[in-house]
Amino acid sequence: MDLLIAIAIMALGALVLGAALGYAAVRFKVEGDPIVEKIDAILPQTQCGQCGFPGCKPYAEAIAKGEADINQCPPGGDEGVRKLADLLGKEYKPLSAEHGQEKPKAVAVIREELCIGCTLCIQACPVDAIVGAAKQMHTVVESLCTGCELCIKPCPVECIDMVPVPETLETWKWKYPVIEIKPADNRKAA
Amino acid sequence: MAEYLFLLIGAVLVNNVVLVKILGLCPFMGVSKKLETAYGMGAATTFVLTLATGASFIIDHYLLIPFGLEYLRTLSFIVTIAAIVQLTEMVIARTSPVLQQVLGIYLPLITTNCAVLGVPLINISHDYGFVESLLFGAGSAVGFSLVLVLFAGIRERVEGAEVPLPFRGTAIAMVTAGLMSLAFMGFAGLDRY
Amino acid sequence: MLQKLFKFKGGIKPAYNKQQSTGEPIARAPLPSRLVIPLHQSIGGTPRPVVAVGDKVLKGQLIGEADGWISAAVHASTSGTVTDIGPYLVPHPSGLSIDCVVIEPDGEERWIERQPLDYRTMAPEAVRTYLQQSGVVGLGGAVFPSHAKLTPSRDVPMEELVINGAECEPWITCDDLIMRERAAEIVSGIGLFRDLLQPKRVLIGIEDNKPEAVAAMTAAVQAAGEPFEVQAVPTLYPAGGAKQLIRVLTGKEIPAARRSTDLGVQCFNVATAWTAWRAVAHGEPVISRIVTLTGNVDKPRNWEVLIGTPMDELLPLASPRNDTDGVIMGGPMMGFLIPAPDVPVVKATNCLIAHSPTLFPPKPPEMPCIRCGECARVCPHELQPMDMYWWSRARNFGKAQEAHLFDCIECGCCAYVCPAHIPLVQYFRFAKSEIWAREKERKMAEGAKERFEFKQFREEREKAEKAEKLARAAAAQAAKKAAEAAAAGDGAPPEASPAADAEAAKKAAIAAALERARAQRAQVQARNTENIPPDKAKEIAEIDARRQQAGLEPAVGTPAPGKEA
Repeated sequence: MDLLIAIAIMALGALVLGAALGYAAVRFKVEGDPIVEKIDAILPQTQCGQCGFPGCKPYAEAIAKGEADINQCPPGGDEGVRKLADLLGKEYKPLSAEHGQEKPKAVAVIREELCIGCTLCIQACPVDAIVGAAKQMHTVVESLCTGCELCIKPCPVECIDMVPVPETLETWKWKYPVIEIKPADNRKAA
Repeated sequence: MAEYLFLLIGAVLVNNVVLVKILGLCPFMGVSKKLETAYGMGAATTFVLTLATGASFIIDHYLLIPFGLEYLRTLSFIVTIAAIVQLTEMVIARTSPVLQQVLGIYLPLITTNCAVLGVPLINISHDYGFVESLLFGAGSAVGFSLVLVLFAGIRERVEGAEVPLPFRGTAIAMVTAGLMSLAFMGFAGLDRY
Repeated sequence: MLQKLFKFKGGIKPAYNKQQSTGEPIARAPLPSRLVIPLHQSIGGTPRPVVAVGDKVLKGQLIGEADGWISAAVHASTSGTVTDIGPYLVPHPSGLSIDCVVIEPDGEERWIERQPLDYRTMAPEAVRTYLQQSGVVGLGGAVFPSHAKLTPSRDVPMEELVINGAECEPWITCDDLIMRERAAEIVSGIGLFRDLLQPKRVLIGIEDNKPEAVAAMTAAVQAAGEPFEVQAVPTLYPAGGAKQLIRVLTGKEIPAARRSTDLGVQCFNVATAWTAWRAVAHGEPVISRIVTLTGNVDKPRNWEVLIGTPMDELLPLASPRNDTDGVIMGGPMMGFLIPAPDVPVVKATNCLIAHSPTLFPPKPPEMPCIRCGECARVCPHELQPMDMYWWSRARNFGKAQEAHLFDCIECGCCAYVCPAHIPLVQYFRFAKSEIWAREKERKMAEGAKERFEFKQFREEREKAEKAEKLARAAAAQAAKKAAEAAAAGDGAPPEASPAADAEAAKKAAIAAALERARAQRAQVQARNTENIPPDKAKEIAEIDARRQQAGLEPAVGTPAPGKEA
């Protein structure tokens, strides 16, 4: 008898709680997944596809769903992986070799005397950084180029090169001061 | 009235759930890497723990004891807690998406927080009344949040320190937690109960 | 004229080391053998060069046109010939080069036509533009274009105009000397600023270790009959920081991330007032400035130096001692070692200190921070440098920003007192530039994302439009066929489908273009095969033939394997 009462009470409790939860699930329904936006904000938006997805957003969605690992974005670099690991509470891991290596930032430059004006690179550029028209010489808008290298393959005459961005006064950064750098050859003044 | 105050302070400092009773260590170690998450977890746990102590008191006194089903306490408490956590999450998700974003995945994790189960059980073993139960629950929750936030603050700072290589990461966190526990032992004299 | 002075928290008292270079009056430095004038000499946009190599320029002629509102023009410092426009090393801690105009002086010092300007009859806007075109920038060291600071705020009435003659850094005396010798013109310049800004009060702050300058300025103010208040302020580094001097003179504390204009205060350096007056009253743009030559030298003195003078031609004027091993531009607190001895004097060069190990002994090695709090005690901005340091060193930039890293003025007080010899300012600069770089990257990423999304949207739209067009064409075709079939009934096959025709033509065009490009590339790249002796040519032909046999490559082409091969 005791056993039956116990079972009945537990069943009743479960039923009540289940009903409450079921009602709440319907009553307080929400859509949307904010985590994708957060992941997307960390990705460098080069849209290069090196991760194996057609753009940064799809990769972000894949990470959010757990379908892709966090170390597949070479342009984001080591720091990007760390940030993703931090956001998602995952363990940091180095960039996976199969998706490429972190490179110094470069921009595409079209060798203009070779360009035949085929517009193939314009179609390939994911961020509209190449201007030109059919049978006219094309050129890369340097400040808009993300260095994704997607325009290099389609070019039939191989006239696009990746040129590393040189350091200027605007992009120059103070160095981390732990290792003391003595400007040995600078001290010969006067 | 003073009794209640002592109960509350005792629950926060002297009988701190984490550092003295050594309950709820998983979120204490797991969610203390960043201050923001620690705040969120502390707030969520406080809410759930207070609700859970009240609910478990009612279930125990009006359902289990009249029917002589004390042996079902653990089971029924867990079910109740799980339901409360689920309910809380849904309500928060609907009413305050910002708070839900802050708490993230830590909200459902409260279900497995042994402090949330342990405090109602302690309440019953101490034979507390309803108000006392609630106060003890709230005090424990505040104590949990307090040490969680303190610990997160220390860990954030330790992250910038030059820790010897073998001690990096969880090892130094464990050492820190041990030192904090030692410090909280010092509150023992405050306790009259 | 006694007035209550206020105090700022913190500050330090390093040895003044000023008396060395104040013994003699300002002298005019001789004309150097060449002038290297950087185009970018002020905060803001880089001026565009308006001269070409080979041009003859006159003294004071415009060579760089201001680019945008926050930018100031650059002028030829003497008459001569432009010999080069290109990147040259400039005095900047990075040791990088920027575009400079190199002028070979003709020794005649022929001026452009100079016309005094009656600014009182002009609209304030025109005066500001004139100052921009004259290259007037803040000569205290920050080189912010002055005309931009002379625009009164629309919503905050201008209360006080603060003129900065504090010159708090040790060793530097250029402002001291200019106040002693050219006080009357400085006061006229302050009058110009006053007329443009219309403040209620004008306060001139001078540190009390420069009694001669205070006396000269007081006398000049009285002579001019102006209501300016000359105040001797206690000597305490960094009393010459704009925010500190404003605090001392007006008692106003500028909150974090706000500007002094938000509180109705504007601040200018005395030398800036002088150059502004020269520009207005004499039509002379900023082509020279006073530079203190001091440090490990036998004849420390202040010199009026043409902008662009190479420092290795300037320093010998002060006879540097033999153990000099470098030159600091600016003061010992905020200055830096110049990257090469021949970098030019720019508008920001207020002082050159010959560096020697005895004068500036190398800093002992950095020790761990013990959180003694000494840095927080001396910080003139009431920051907590130990926390900023902690997070900067750990590269936790978010936390560093929370510790108000960007309110730091890099005055160096904290590093000066640090018992652990931590180069705190270097950590702050590192963290700041990292944060700026990240911010830039983030903005670029946002722009790239926006364009990517727009491109996707556009492609979708084009696809939809094309599909619609095709559907319409197909419908029309079908209708036509149906009509033809109904009308004639004979099954004459339609002409070869026009689409296929077009496709073939396109292919042919691409092939032709490829061929052209290949030929062009051979022309462009195969330079080393021109003008070769016949025997060599034969050899090459043989090799080519072998290659072709092996099916490796087309005869015409480059060593690089073509994609089309």
